[in-house]
Amino acid sequence: MIRTARAILRKDLAIELRTKESVPAMTLFTVTVFVLFHFGLDRDSLDGELASGVLWVTLLLAAVIGVTRLFATEREQGGIDGLLLAPVDRTALWLAKATAMFVYLTALELVAVPTFGVLLLGPDLFAALPVLVPILLAANIGLSAIGALVSALAAETRARELIVPLLLLPLVVPLLIAAASATEPLLRGDQAAEDLGRWLGLLSLYDVVFVLIAVAVFDFLLDD
Amino acid sequence: MELDGLERRYGDRVALSGVVAQIEQGATLVVLGANGAGKTTLLRVLATLLRPHGGVARVLGGELPREAWKVRGRVGFLGHDPLLYRELTGRENLRYHAELHGVARERVDERLAAVGLERRADEPVRDLSKGMVQRLAVARATLHDPELLLLDEPRANLDPAAAEHLEPLIGRASGRTRVLVTHDVEGGLAEADLALGLRGGKQAFCRPARELTIAEARGLYS
Amino acid sequence: MYSKGLKPLSIATVVVVATWLALVFFYAPLDADQGFVQKIFYVHVPLAIVALCGFVAGGIFAIRHLRSGDRSYDVKSYVAIHMSIIFGTAVLITGAIWAKAAWGHWWVWDEPVLVSFLVVFLLYCVYYPLRFSIEDPDRQARYSSVFAIAAGAFVPINFAAVRMAESFTHPRVLSQTGGSMPGEMRLTFLVGILAMTLLFVTLWKFELSSKNASMQLKRLRRRLEATA
Repeated sequence: MIRTARAILRKDLAIELRTKESVPAMTLFTVTVFVLFHFGLDRDSLDGELASGVLWVTLLLAAVIGVTRLFATEREQGGIDGLLLAPVDRTALWLAKATAMFVYLTALELVAVPTFGVLLLGPDLFAALPVLVPILLAANIGLSAIGALVSALAAETRARELIVPLLLLPLVVPLLIAAASATEPLLRGDQAAEDLGRWLGLLSLYDVVFVLIAVAVFDFLLDD
Repeated sequence: MELDGLERRYGDRVALSGVVAQIEQGATLVVLGANGAGKTTLLRVLATLLRPHGGVARVLGGELPREAWKVRGRVGFLGHDPLLYRELTGRENLRYHAELHGVARERVDERLAAVGLERRADEPVRDLSKGMVQRLAVARATLHDPELLLLDEPRANLDPAAAEHLEPLIGRASGRTRVLVTHDVEGGLAEADLALGLRGGKQAFCRPARELTIAEARGLYS
Repeated sequence: MYSKGLKPLSIATVVVVATWLALVFFYAPLDADQGFVQKIFYVHVPLAIVALCGFVAGGIFAIRHLRSGDRSYDVKSYVAIHMSIIFGTAVLITGAIWAKAAWGHWWVWDEPVLVSFLVVFLLYCVYYPLRFSIEDPDRQARYSSVFAIAAGAFVPINFAAVRMAESFTHPRVLSQTGGSMPGEMRLTFLVGILAMTLLFVTLWKFELSSKNASMQLKRLRRRLEATA
């Protein structure tokens, strides 16, 4: 199955590199929203809870864009048929898509987080990075796992672009709570909070549960 | 391959019912019928892309849907959709399918040569003409040396020379068991051993091709 | 098939609900600060508990549907979720009334249970557009089940997360319903849960049997048309 997932992932990354559809759109969207927040909140710099909230909500909304497009190539061309005809484990498709999403999110954050640090963040971003990076990565895992599942669920519906945000956003509320709470003290210029362990624990629990659920349930989405 | 009372529903509507047929190894079955009669559905069921809702379907020794995994990978499917990614090159597309089916990379180059596309293999599929895309799709469908070929209008978009070029791969000359869906009644009957007619999802007849007259076959379209 | 036992169940429901209402109005103590409106608590909390159980039950039926391929489980799942959303609407409305009575605002973020419930409610509301935008009935049932399972797993995690978030910023306001409840309150409360559960199950069975009847009708009609 890993071999199959790798083949699918390579194909997807090749297409993304060539068409440049998902990652640039997500990145541009994120930076634009940061600017919107500047005007909407009428603030030059944010810190603490406000900074954490703005950063995470914006990342989640950008993730919605990525998730909506995850199965786009399968739907529009190529088709999942090619995969369904092959003697392979179909969960490899979920694994490949989730990994692709993880790559897109990480690429997005490589640009978006420093941009946030420059545009909106009051305290120094650099000091917060060592703890911020694991939080981002842990959140990316959960987002990718649930995003790939939601994308597949919505792929066959008529109103895809509407269903994806409606499905994805409530489902990631626990992830948002954990990530934002964990990030908040970092963006205030404090050291990591004592209860960082708790929030990372919640993030990990979320990741584990939804990875398991996605793996258990994904096959049924493809079985006609 | 053996089908008995095969049935497939789409909600309340019946897409296929009462399909009974027996095809020997190496033989060719032609499936005839008007648009919407269920030909594509039948092909997709045989390809294990759809589950049968009733009846018995035994393909290559595997009973569908329970033993679909036995069948997958031994069937070559050529439907309306070429199943190729437009942004990737022909070679990349075939390499992807080769990996999915566990086929060696060299086979890709072989196939590209067999369909006459070696020179255009490194251009994105969206730059190829329809005929070339069809040839590439044939390469994809036969890449893993399937025992059973399921072909839906395989000669669409192909000029006669190209079609003849592909005979050894997907024609009678290939020696493989084939199920052929086509609107070309005379041509289809000429190259088939058995003919199955569908009308409105229900099987109208299944007889040796030479016993069937063109008029009877045309009757399906009225 | 489902109407068996429906009549005694309905009677039991009516009896328990009547008893419960009597308890709420006459037996339970009157709250010193909030007065009579506090009694809506006896409606709100049992409704919430039953609605949440309904969502989880929907997930369990969905699991059985996917494992067995038996469509009747999907219908049970759908109706359970459907009823829970209706009960859920009532939860949010009674919650708002209670919030107004207790704290003067129609909505409070301090109350982790209420907030979690809102998120869960919003999520399950998407069940309808998801379900009805898939045309193939087979796929519709399967995808709905997948959603019901993911959402069912989501409910406990969400409650844990919101509770964690709130407990660090606000003191738990619901402590009055903690372990130490005077006897009269506890009895009324427990009867309330029983009443709501019975109500849910009865309505669920009603809807199931009506759906079953209409499906059988459709099947007969199809058979007639086929032979015609």
